[in-house]
Amino acid sequence: MGRKKIKSVSYAKYGYIFSIPFVLAFLVFTAYPIFYTAIIGFTDLKGLGKTDFMIMDNPFQNFQQILKTPSFQKSLINTVIIWTCNFIPQLLLALLLTAWFTNQRQKIKGQGAFKVLFYMPNIITAATIAILFNVLFGYPMGPINDLFKLLGLADMPINFLINKWTARGIVSFIQFWMWYGQTMIVLIAGVLGINPTLFEAAEIDGATSRQVFFYITLPSLRTIMLFTLVTSLIGGMQMFDIPKLFLNGGPDNSTLTVSVFIFNQAFSGSYMYNRASAASMIMFLIIAVLSAILFYILRDKDAAKMKKELKKIKKAQKAAARGAGA
Amino acid sequence: MKKTLKHEPIAGRTITRVIKYIVCITLAILSIMPFWIMLMNATRNTYEIQQSSISLVPSSYLLNNFKVFEGKSFNPLVGFKNSFIIAASSTLLNVYFSSLTAYALVVYHWKLRQPFFTFIMAVLMVPAQVSSIGFYQFMYRIGWTNSFLPLVLPAMAAPAVVFFMRQYLLGALSIDIVNSARIDGANEFYTFNRIVLPIMKPAIATQAIFSFVGSWNNLFMPLILLTDKKNYTMPIMVSLLRGDIYRTEFGAVYLGLSLTVLPLFIVYFALSKYIIAGVALGSMKE
Repeated sequence: MGRKKIKSVSYAKYGYIFSIPFVLAFLVFTAYPIFYTAIIGFTDLKGLGKTDFMIMDNPFQNFQQILKTPSFQKSLINTVIIWTCNFIPQLLLALLLTAWFTNQRQKIKGQGAFKVLFYMPNIITAATIAILFNVLFGYPMGPINDLFKLLGLADMPINFLINKWTARGIVSFIQFWMWYGQTMIVLIAGVLGINPTLFEAAEIDGATSRQVFFYITLPSLRTIMLFTLVTSLIGGMQMFDIPKLFLNGGPDNSTLTVSVFIFNQAFSGSYMYNRASAASMIMFLIIAVLSAILFYILRDKDAAKMKKELKKIKKAQKAAARGAGA
Repeated sequence: MKKTLKHEPIAGRTITRVIKYIVCITLAILSIMPFWIMLMNATRNTYEIQQSSISLVPSSYLLNNFKVFEGKSFNPLVGFKNSFIIAASSTLLNVYFSSLTAYALVVYHWKLRQPFFTFIMAVLMVPAQVSSIGFYQFMYRIGWTNSFLPLVLPAMAAPAVVFFMRQYLLGALSIDIVNSARIDGANEFYTFNRIVLPIMKPAIATQAIFSFVGSWNNLFMPLILLTDKKNYTMPIMVSLLRGDIYRTEFGAVYLGLSLTVLPLFIVYFALSKYIIAGVALGSMKE
C-alpha cells in the first residue's frame, strides 16, 4: 500500500524545472536575436557601433533593395550551383562505396582504415582547409601547378583562381571532399539497419549483387537519403568558411555565397546591418521551408502510431458507451 | 564462397576487386596528400618551396619558419588557449543541459511535454547565421563583444543534441531504475546526476566529441564578436595567414596551417573509432 502512495506523488513539475535552462537559453540566445534581426530588417540601422534605429517609412525597402541587388541574386545562384556540384557527386560516390563496403560476397579489407581516412577532412577546421587549398592552387608556383607540370598536363603554369568556373569548381570539390565520407558512413549505417532476412531471401533466390543493391538496398535507403539531402541543403545554405577564406567570394563574386554576402554587408564597408538583416530573413525563410520538410521526415513515427491507436480505443470506448446507453 | 563462383566468372571478379581497391586507395591518398604536402612544406624554406612545392620528405627549416611568427599577430598558442577554453566550456554546458532536457522529455509526464518536443524538432536546424545581426547588436549593447560568454552560453540550448539524447534515453533507461531510486529516498536532481548521467555516458561521450570539434572549428560567430587580438580563436588566427605579410614566407604559412591541424589530428586518430561510430549512430533517426 505504501508503495502505491509513493507512485501517486506527482513528479510532473520536474519536467518543467529540468527544461527551464534550455528554454531560457533558447529564448535569450536564439529566439530574441532572430526577432531582433527581423526588426532590424525594417529599419535604417547602419554604421559601425550604432545601435539606435527607426522603422523606415517604407518598412519593406530593405527587402526590396536586397532582392534587386545583383550581388545578392548572384550569391543565391552561386550557393545553389556550388551545393549541387558538390552534392550529386557526393551522394553517387557515397552510394557506390556503400555498395562495395556492404557487399557480403566480396569483402573489402581494411574498411575501418578507409572509413577513418575518408571521414578525416570533415573534422579538420574548414578555415584551415580553405587557406590550404588557396596555397595549393597557388600561381605561378604551387603544388597543383607542379603536379600538372610533372604529369605533363600543362606547359605553362595555370592561374586556377582567376577563372570563375574553376574557382566555383574548387569550392564544390572542397565541400565534396569534406563531406562524402560522412554521407558514406551514414548510408552504411542505414544498410546495416535493413532487416537481414531481406538479404537472406535474395541470396536464396539467387539474386546478383547488382540486383540486391538496386532492388533491396537502394529502396530501403530512401528515407536516409532524403534526410541527407535536406540536412545537406540546410548546411549548404550556410556555407561560409570555405568561400570566405578561399577567395573571399571572388573572382568577380563567383564564389560569393549567401552567408558571405550577409557577413560582408554587415561587418565590412558601410556596415549595413539593416540590409544584412533583410538578407538573413530571406535565408531564414528558405531554411524554414527546408526544415519543415525535414520535420516531416523525422516526425516521431511511434508516437504518431500510438496516437492513432489511442484514438481508436477512445472511439471504441465511445461506441461501447453508446451501445450500453442504447 | 564457392556458391557465388557460379554467378560471376573468376576473371571478372578479380578485375572488379582490383578496381575497388584502386578507387579506395586513390581516395585515401586524396585525403592524406594535401595535409602531407602541408606538413612537409612546414619544414622547408621559401627557396626550396619555390624550386618544387611538392616534397614527400621533410627538410630542416622548421625552427626558421617558427621565427617568422615572432612579433606578428598570428599566435598559435593564444589561439589554442582561447579555442580550448571556449570549446571545453561550451561542450560541458551542451552535454549536461541537453541530457537534462532529454531526461525531462523522457521520464516525466507533464502537460507540455509533447508540444515541447514538437517545438525542439521544429527548431532542430535553425542556424546561428540567420540571427547573427540581432545577436551581434544585442551583445554589443550589453558590452559582451570580446567576451567568451556569447560563444559559450548558447550551447545550453542545442536542440539537435537534445533530440539525440532523447532517442538514446528511450532505449537505454528503464523507468524502474528511477522508481527504485525514488523509493530509496533520492530526490530528482540526485537521481539525474548520480544515476541517469552515468547511464548516458556513451551518448554523452559521442556528443561531447562533436560539440567540442564543432565549437573549435567555428569561424562565423567568433569572427563577428572577437575583435581584440588577444581573444582570437584558432580559426581566426588561421584567417590571418591570408594576409600580405606572409606572401613571401611560404614555409611559415604551411607551418601556421599545420599548427592548427595537429591537435585535431591527434584527437581524431585517438578517438576515430568512437567518432566513426558516432557519425553512424547520429543517422539512426528512424
